[in-house]
Amino acid sequence: MSVPLAIELRDLRKSFGKTEIIRGANLKVPHGQRFAIIGPNGAGKSTLFNLISGAFAPTSGEILLNGHNLAGLRPFEINRRGLSRSFQITNIFHRLSVFENLRCAVLYSLGYRYSFWQSLEKLADARERAENVLELIGLKRRSETPAGLLTYAEQRALEIGITVAGGAEVILLDEPTAGMSRSESDHAVELIRTVTEGKTLLMVEHDMSVVFGLADQIAVVVYGEVIACDTPERVRANAKVQEAYLGTPAEALDE
Amino acid sequence: MAKTITFKPLDIGFWLAWLGYIVFLGVAPLIFSSNLGLTVLSQIGTVIIAALSYNMLLGQTGMLSFGHAVYGGLGGFIAIHAMNLVAGGSLVCPTSLIPLVGGLGGAFFGVIFGWVTTKKSGTTFAMITLGIGELVASAALTFPEFFGGEAGITTNRVIGHAVLGISYGPQRQVYYLISAWLVICTIAMYAFTRTPLGRIANAVRDNPERCAFVGYNTQKVRFLVVVLAAFFAGISGGLGAINFEIVSSENVGALRSGSLLLFTFLGGVGSFVGPILGAVVYVFSLELLSKVTQAWPLYIGLLFLLIVMYAPGGLWSVVQMNMRIIKFQLFRQMLRPYAVILCAALPLFLGITTLIELAYARQLDVGGDAVVRIWGLPMDVTSLMPWLAAFVVAVIGAALFRRAARGFSLAWGRVHEIIAERTAGRGVSA
Repeated sequence: MSVPLAIELRDLRKSFGKTEIIRGANLKVPHGQRFAIIGPNGAGKSTLFNLISGAFAPTSGEILLNGHNLAGLRPFEINRRGLSRSFQITNIFHRLSVFENLRCAVLYSLGYRYSFWQSLEKLADARERAENVLELIGLKRRSETPAGLLTYAEQRALEIGITVAGGAEVILLDEPTAGMSRSESDHAVELIRTVTEGKTLLMVEHDMSVVFGLADQIAVVVYGEVIACDTPERVRANAKVQEAYLGTPAEALDE
Repeated sequence: MAKTITFKPLDIGFWLAWLGYIVFLGVAPLIFSSNLGLTVLSQIGTVIIAALSYNMLLGQTGMLSFGHAVYGGLGGFIAIHAMNLVAGGSLVCPTSLIPLVGGLGGAFFGVIFGWVTTKKSGTTFAMITLGIGELVASAALTFPEFFGGEAGITTNRVIGHAVLGISYGPQRQVYYLISAWLVICTIAMYAFTRTPLGRIANAVRDNPERCAFVGYNTQKVRFLVVVLAAFFAGISGGLGAINFEIVSSENVGALRSGSLLLFTFLGGVGSFVGPILGAVVYVFSLELLSKVTQAWPLYIGLLFLLIVMYAPGGLWSVVQMNMRIIKFQLFRQMLRPYAVILCAALPLFLGITTLIELAYARQLDVGGDAVVRIWGLPMDVTSLMPWLAAFVVAVIGAALFRRAARGFSLAWGRVHEIIAERTAGRGVSA
């Protein structure tokens, strides 16, 4: 028996009113690969993420996580099956400290669920795991700072930290380096590489240097369809892809 | 067992605060030993539990409820029926545990109503709680068997035999019963803030969407918090039933729910202590201020407005900010601005309160006597002089206050800038 794919999309469709945003997308993401989704603005990349993570329900088609159909599952149920996502617009617990943000992110996966009979301070594993992630994302110094007071780049790092803290095997990152300076984004690439070691990564990204620096495979989404899915070199050479980037062959991709 | 030992300096202030709280509750009836003193203290105890339980929703989970009195009230009804059953001999339960019966009653209704209200969050949740509140309030008048109609249900708290000489006849004994439950509930609700569910409740408050993406069903979090808050509200209701020996439809009404919201916010929803302060202000205004002036709701309303506009963190946040200034040894810089602003506020306060009291006296025509005493001075409400004088004092006060406020806010800003610099410096070096 073959190992099921980490994520598989089968003829996925999503309409908002009369507008069809995702028009029959197909995608196969094997385990342990880093996948980047690229495409022009409005191609439906973020919608695709919202469908996979359960924020939206598909109009038709199937989404499979490790071979299991996700139809009808709510976001928290999908998360419990080992899929975690970040957001394009920073989505953190702004009044809690950086440390508490991370601790919240590990509680469920460690099995503490809705416990109101245990003291947080006594949960050594939750503390350790949160501290490890804190170290990993380089925010140890900011541990006690309310997350809302972090700089933008720090918040983006925390965003990634929260996403991976729960130990999910499949990670979705939505434009993790958006709005960052060159050095910040280089730093973020290293961070993403570290935290997704041995995991499956699916990420939407506009910055081509990030995409080519990280991805094993690139899926190109145009008008709600996956028009190409291949290694970075082959995607770069693909005529259909070049055409999609507004007839400026290779220019956008060579950046 | 391998265990990481983390060194943490013992927070002396934290333990001193708890010790002070418990000691104060213990000796308070010796200091305020009059009947009025005991009545006020007892009531403060029950309201503190209710306000803390309300803040589990508003401050900790970000749920604005307009119907929280429902749980305390229904818990109170259950408790008072239980007391009457005990008196009738068909139930055995010591009076000391009656509050627990109230708590279980509150939690029971928390399960039922919480299941409905927490299906939605935000504004929709607030609207549904308003509806539930109205529903229960109208049911209170429709089912007199349970709610006792207009008169309510009465009881006699001296039931069964006195245990160790405690019959709960004297108010002092009731006070100590309330205090004991108050200490237990305060510790329990504080402990709740440091449990996984308590922390996730904060996360739901800050960002429910993200909470779902770290594995939590936010609806279930809200539901559990409502049930727990209803449990503590029910204990408060049970204690109220013992204290007043009556529970009526007032106890579940919108006015009670509104007061809980208002005074919890007034005390401060951003901290654990805030609601305690709010509860004290509530009982003081209800039992003491109301005896001094009929315009007391107006004054409370004005205070509420001022807090919402200038200190949205509530009264406790004002205390906290000043304690911070003292901690950084900068309070000396604030002494002068404080003195100036208080001097300027005095004529404004006297002028405005005199005008309000004159208006009330004229409107209510107290006893047909045109002369009333305001701030110790006899004033004739029918003559122009006191009105004019109060108006002039108020206007002068307002002008002075404006100037003083400018100086005060400059000094306040300066002090906080210094604090910000010092803490930022510490953050980098640490």
